[in-house]
Amino acid sequence: MNAAQQFRRAAAKKAADPRHRAVLEKNIATYDDAVARGRTRYAGWENARSTAAQIKWKAINHLDSYLEQFERAVVENGGHVFWAETAEDARRYIVELAQQRGVQKVVKSKSMVTEEIHLNAAFAAAGIEPVETDLGEFICQLRGESPYHILTPIMHLTKTDVAILFHERFGTPLTATAGELAGVAREQLRKVFLSADMGVTGANFLVADTGMVALSTNEGNGRLSVSLPRIHVVVAGIEKVIPHFEDLAVLWPVLAQVGTGQGVTAYNTLVGAPRRDGEPDSPTEFHVVLLDNGRTRLLADVEQRDALHCIRCGACLNACPVYKNIGGHAYGTTYQGPIGSVITPHLRDACEWSHLSYASSLCGACTGVCPVRIDVHRHLLHNRRNAVRRKFDNPLQRLAFKAWCWVMQDATRYRITGKLARLAIRFGLAAPLAKAWMQGRELPEVPEQSFRELWAGMDDNSRTRS
Amino acid sequence: MRVALFIPCFVDQFCPQVAVAMVTVLRRLKIEVYHPTAQTCCGQPAFNTGYWDEARKLAKRFGEVFADADAIVCPSGSCTAMVRNYHPELLGKATRVTANTFEFSEFLVNKLGITDVGARFPAKVTYHDGCHALRELRLKEEPRMLLRNVQGLELVEMDKAETCCGFGGTFSVKFPMISCAMDGVKVDSIQRTGAEYVVSADPSCLMQIDGYARRRKLPIKTVSLAEVLAAR
Repeated sequence: MNAAQQFRRAAAKKAADPRHRAVLEKNIATYDDAVARGRTRYAGWENARSTAAQIKWKAINHLDSYLEQFERAVVENGGHVFWAETAEDARRYIVELAQQRGVQKVVKSKSMVTEEIHLNAAFAAAGIEPVETDLGEFICQLRGESPYHILTPIMHLTKTDVAILFHERFGTPLTATAGELAGVAREQLRKVFLSADMGVTGANFLVADTGMVALSTNEGNGRLSVSLPRIHVVVAGIEKVIPHFEDLAVLWPVLAQVGTGQGVTAYNTLVGAPRRDGEPDSPTEFHVVLLDNGRTRLLADVEQRDALHCIRCGACLNACPVYKNIGGHAYGTTYQGPIGSVITPHLRDACEWSHLSYASSLCGACTGVCPVRIDVHRHLLHNRRNAVRRKFDNPLQRLAFKAWCWVMQDATRYRITGKLARLAIRFGLAAPLAKAWMQGRELPEVPEQSFRELWAGMDDNSRTRS
Repeated sequence: MRVALFIPCFVDQFCPQVAVAMVTVLRRLKIEVYHPTAQTCCGQPAFNTGYWDEARKLAKRFGEVFADADAIVCPSGSCTAMVRNYHPELLGKATRVTANTFEFSEFLVNKLGITDVGARFPAKVTYHDGCHALRELRLKEEPRMLLRNVQGLELVEMDKAETCCGFGGTFSVKFPMISCAMDGVKVDSIQRTGAEYVVSADPSCLMQIDGYARRRKLPIKTVSLAEVLAAR
């Protein structure tokens, strides 16, 4: 089964699952309330969005110089920078580093980019144990699942689901409260933090002018991951760079607002160097892996470059009526929802993932919430056009649209075809399109006369003129 | 002012009563309208499916057919958005035609400054925001202002007025399961209001909602904004 068929099957299954929809709806409703409350902190939210978009625009349009500036600063501060063109390059660098340094256990702070490069599988294959320390990711790892949502990895689960899982794994009582469950996870993870040799994190932002990595978490697991192990490795997509330290004054609150409705995220950590002489703790090695993995292809596309503005806040997923009905796993991608449908064909195989751009009603809710003003649904349209240009489309569909266009270029052809279509519907001659429609809906009750036929008897002007 | 009727192909073929209602209201307001019979389709189905070369031919044709009009009025937010927001992308420029194409409620409220058309529709109704009217044309208050001035009409808001009904043109038949699930969410929200009718400036959304409700024999009636405004 190819990716499109898998998607179709998984999406249809989830769309018909009312429990799944109810869980997502409840969790997203909580999010919506928090975001609405948070919004009251802003005198001018639209200005904040525009400013955030301008910062990212500047960064992305001068990506080469900001990345090199970032690299120079990291190296000056005693860190290492590795430029990874592919996921394979990134995995090899990190796993080899771990092997050379005798690393046995790795703690990971939540990072979608490490999901993108399948780092955990690479660690496991090398006999190294990776442990996710974000509570949601920890639960995903226990369940052997990928994150359901780029920001909220277990959006599809209820407290009861987690209680059952912890009961099976750790013998926690099924009646445990959310606080007790978090306590169990903390107990498990503290042991791991103290024994891990390497901490792997993503980055929310790479600050070019100071060479610092900005990391936001709500559980403090990020800063434990960057301070306790002896080696810290940051993996970040090249689009994460921002020009100035001061830009965080806008981007931190904006990210928190759209991500969770918080004023700022609970823990905002800035790291940029290994332990210095005289410092009692923190890692002795600091590595930053800058990942391309298809991003420069997107950068080269002037029309769609701004998709690299994305700060992975998850707002477009939460706003998306398709996501709300099919959930995160159906997409089969690292990045789900509208932005995932936009970037996946660029980051991965454009033909294989083109179906995602069509799996949208183009309602534009994503564009309406994007904090960095990515015109998400217009990019879906551009992806569709590009798919047709590159002939990824179904030849029958192509033929159908050519025929349709021929009909529509002439009023007589249109009039006759319209009449035939209405007759066909009235006499139940269901064409393939009508069959798909009728899977869950009745066809419209079509009239005998079209408007243009009715107009002949309504047109005052023609009567008075004649 | 020469006001041309832009009657989208599916309104022309499937729900001509919507266009008739729009003409009725405009004539009551003493606005002379004409119907360029050479018109066919604005090209949206091709455009949204990625067939921009085909859509471009129809966008050009649209410009020629409506070249004489001072204003072009359409009883569909979606088709209006196609002309005003996306024809410029296809043609490489905005034109007099693309800039002067208006959705019906937008034309009444924003162009003519009319919010009361003297209609009477004694029923409890809820309004569905078509996505393109709402997000492409930024029409939120215009249809509601008109509805509030309809005699006997009680407007109740549903909790998910701005949520997509799941139609999305070819999306509705490419991914019928997702489309119907979205439709279900919409219909549930409509039902919670206890309204007798759901009204919208987008007949395509109403076709989607009506198709779902009829299949399940739900007591939801759909009616276009134009028909409500024409009722007496």
